[in-house]
Parts: sequence; structure tokens; C-alpha cells
Amino acid sequence: MLVQYFPGDSLLHRLDPRTKVAVVLSAAMSVLTAANWQGFVLAAGLVLAAVALTRLPARVFLRGLRGLWVLLAITFLVQLLLTPGEVLLGLGPLKISREGLTAGVLIFLRLSLLILAASLLTLTTSPISLTAGLESMLSPLQRLGLPAHELAMMMTIALRFIPTLLQEAQSLLRAQRSRGARFSAGGPANWARSLLPLFVPLIAGALRRAEDLATAMEARCYRGGANRTRIRGLAFNSLDYAAGVVVLAVLAGSVALRFL
Amino acid sequence: MSPVIRVENLTHIYSPGTPFEVTSLDGISLEINKGEFFAIVGATGSGKSTLVQHFNGLLAPTCGKVWVCGADAADKKVRRDLWRRVGLVFQRPEQQFFEETIFEDVAFGPKNMGLNKGEVRERVSKALRLVDLDPEQAGKQSPFQLSGGNMRRAAIAGVLALGPEVLVLDEPTAGLDPRGRWQLLDHIESFRREQGITVVLVTHNMEEVGARAERVAVLNKGRLALQGTPREVFNRAEELLALGLDLPAPTALMRKLREAGLPVRADILTSTEAEEEIAKVLSQRGTALRI
Repeated sequence: MLVQYFPGDSLLHRLDPRTKVAVVLSAAMSVLTAANWQGFVLAAGLVLAAVALTRLPARVFLRGLRGLWVLLAITFLVQLLLTPGEVLLGLGPLKISREGLTAGVLIFLRLSLLILAASLLTLTTSPISLTAGLESMLSPLQRLGLPAHELAMMMTIALRFIPTLLQEAQSLLRAQRSRGARFSAGGPANWARSLLPLFVPLIAGALRRAEDLATAMEARCYRGGANRTRIRGLAFNSLDYAAGVVVLAVLAGSVALRFL
Repeated sequence: MSPVIRVENLTHIYSPGTPFEVTSLDGISLEINKGEFFAIVGATGSGKSTLVQHFNGLLAPTCGKVWVCGADAADKKVRRDLWRRVGLVFQRPEQQFFEETIFEDVAFGPKNMGLNKGEVRERVSKALRLVDLDPEQAGKQSPFQLSGGNMRRAAIAGVLALGPEVLVLDEPTAGLDPRGRWQLLDHIESFRREQGITVVLVTHNMEEVGARAERVAVLNKGRLALQGTPREVFNRAEELLALGLDLPAPTALMRKLREAGLPVRADILTSTEAEEEIAKVLSQRGTALRI
């Protein structure tokens, strides 16, 4: 659900990744702090407006929701059936109360909005931009000893190798199946053993790749983040400042609606 | 000779009905006879790997029919057990090792077959000896301690230990040095003769096809473009070149010599044949050739 960048040219695509992280975080905060219908309208308004501004087809967002439908269904049902209060419907030991209904709907809304907000970030930001943004945001912490550049580089490399490792896992699956390996037979005790023919070579291959990659990077004079420059720098533009103002306004509004 | 593998109008489509739909095989029909050395060649993406995965039950046809050892592979139960009779060795098989010793890794197949300890040991020893590795010595080593060529041979032993009737090898010589390649093919040829196994070789290497294959099928974009004995197929050189494929070096050389005026036969498959033919023609002209 998370790693699926969908290229485009919308307003949201053109924002700096750091701005987008701020937008998503503030949207999440306002969703979580909303305690009355006005708060919800504000939070949902921000999220849905952002979704509309991506100019991406709705099915792309729905895919993210669909992936987590189990979570949504379970939390809804738990709230619905286990919240005490004025009973509307009784089915034996399970009682659906008015409070349960409200709580269920509320949590469903909150989770859905959070998932949408997270999707906003991953759909409109390429993995490279995302890690560049994160590196930039974490760099002030370098003075406190946090290896921001190294962490961002690790993330970039990991993201880049996901498709490669997936493919290799598929090859291994086919090869071991060709020798009679069964990966789903037997109970959980057997599972761990039966996955060895998949995981051992996969990890061995990953280590081999890591070594080769490190040598290749060093051969091109990589020495870590010191004095390293970027070909495409991150810079805020007027769009980002406008978004920043909106973010602050929404945050202020949420806090106000919650506590005043 | 009865066909050990028969393919009729085989079509395979990956991810049907999605935006990622790809027709990998389109109406392929061919027969592979028992005990034959059959080669399958084609450019990357021509569908060679997809085709051979139908032979051991990994893939099922989208349309068309596949019969392996007399059984219809459309039946799930048939496919589930095909691996016992058709051994498929993928590219760079040495990357699949996961056990602590060579012996244990080669024993993986026989163990999956449900054989008892004694039978497993016998199969492993036999398989290792078939690829010229000492079961006592190499068997005890870790897979990563062997040289590249030996690792490859040990991995192939892992499939041989299944005792398959058909051995399918997908580019088994990729990444080996010329001597390693020749030795490996010699080994394959020798256990083909000894065990009566049918060998299907998927390769890019035309010299290997010329030197070893009895029949060859040429795939292009999922379709069967050419089929026949190597001599027949290499005779249609223009078509091969149009498909983006090569001739074996000796064959290409003979064609060039003919174009340059030397009346040599061009249906040559190996460098030995080329030497003999060139020597013969030159001696007919009265020119002695010292090799």
C-alpha cells in the first residue's frame, strides 16, 4: 500500500517533499484531535481538498483503503459491539448501542482519513524525493550525532532494492519448487524450516549485492555525506509557503475547536 | 520414437485482464522425442523460459495443451508431481544453495521425494559422481568453498539426484570460462548417454547448439519461427539473422569463405568439420594445408 509513486503534475506533486510531510503530519494531528463535528469537518476538509488537488483518479486512493479494509472492519466492529450504552439492537450477548454506533463510525472516519493522508505523501512523492526531504529535515540533528545522511542513503538503497529482491525471491521460489519444495505444507512448526530454502539464499544474495554495491560506490569516490552536493537541490517556492500557511491555519483551527 | 514432451498450440498470458497483461507464448506446437538432445534458442524475451516452465509443471497453459511423459499437464495433480520426472535447472543455479554442506543441499530433492536415508545417500553419491565431484570430499564442504565451476556442477547434481527422465537446463554454461563450458556440456552428454535422459538445452550460444543438439527450435516473440536439425536451421541463415540471432562461428566462417570464392560446404556445425572441409577443398586445388 505504501510504496506506489504515481507520477503527475498537480499542485501536490510540485510541492517540496518537506512541505508534504508537514501537510500530512498536520492533517494527521487534526484528524486525531477532532472531538466534535466541526473538528471533523475541518480535518476531513483538509484531507479531501488535498486529495482533490492531486488530480489522481479516485481508484488509486481506494486501493490504499482496500488494502487495509480488514483493519478498518475489525476496529469498527469492536467499537460497535463492545461499547456500553443505550442499546439499539441486541443479538444475544452482543449489543449494539447508540454510543457504539457513534464510536464505530468515528474510528472508521479517523482511520480512513489517516490512511488517505499517508497515501497523499507516497502517491505524490517519488522515493528519491522523499529520502532527500527526510535527509534535509534530519540534518539539523547531525549536530547531535544523528547520521542523517547515512540514514537517508540507507533508505534510498533499500527502496531501490525492493523490486530486485522481490524478483530474486520469485526465482528462488521457482527453483526450489522444481526440486519438490513445499512452502505451505505442514503446521507452523514446519513453516520455519520450509522457508529456509528461500531465505538463506535470499539473504546470501543480498549480502553479496551489498558488498558489490559498496565497492562500486567507493570506486566512484563515495565517502559519506561530507561535502556531498546534489544535482537537484530542494528549494521552497511560493507554493510551499502558501501550503505552509494553510497547514498552520488548520492546526490552529483544530486546537481551537478542541479546547475552546 | 515417441515424444516425451508434446506441445500443441500453447499460449501463455501473464496477468490476464490487467493493465500488465503480457502474451509470452503464442500458439507454439512442438514435440521432443525420448532421449533426444533438443535445443531451444531465441532472443531475450522470446519466451524460452516460459516455455520450459510448462514442462515441469510450474506453469499451466492459458490455452493449448502440454503433454509430458504421456500425461496432460492441464491436470493440477499431474503438474504437482511433474518435478519428479522433469528436472529443471535454472540460470546460475549455484545461487540457490542453502544447506551447510554440498551433500545436504544435493539431498534436498531426494528428501522431498520421500526416500529413506539409505536411498537418499545413494542418490546423492551417484549424482555427485555424475558431475565428477567426489562425494566424500566435496560432499562435506560448504557450498561457498567450491570454485565457481564446481558450485555450478554441484547445483546441477542437486537436480540430477531426482533421477529425472527429462533434464531441462536454462543457459547452464552462462558465466563459465570456455573450458568450463565445454567440460559441463561433455558431462551433460555423457549422462544423457548413460542414463538415457532426454536433454533440453535453452541457450543463446549457437556453437553449443551446433556441436551438441540433434534438433533445435527457434523462438521469436513467443512464436515458433524455425525448427529442425541444426544443419537445416543454420541453412536458413538470412532468417536467423533477421530474427536477431547468430550463426555458430564456424558456420559463419564457411559462408564468408564461400562468398570470397572458396567452394566449401557451408552446412558446417563445428570447427572440426570446418577444418576438415577447408583442408579437403584446398588439397583438391593442390594446395597443402598444414594445421
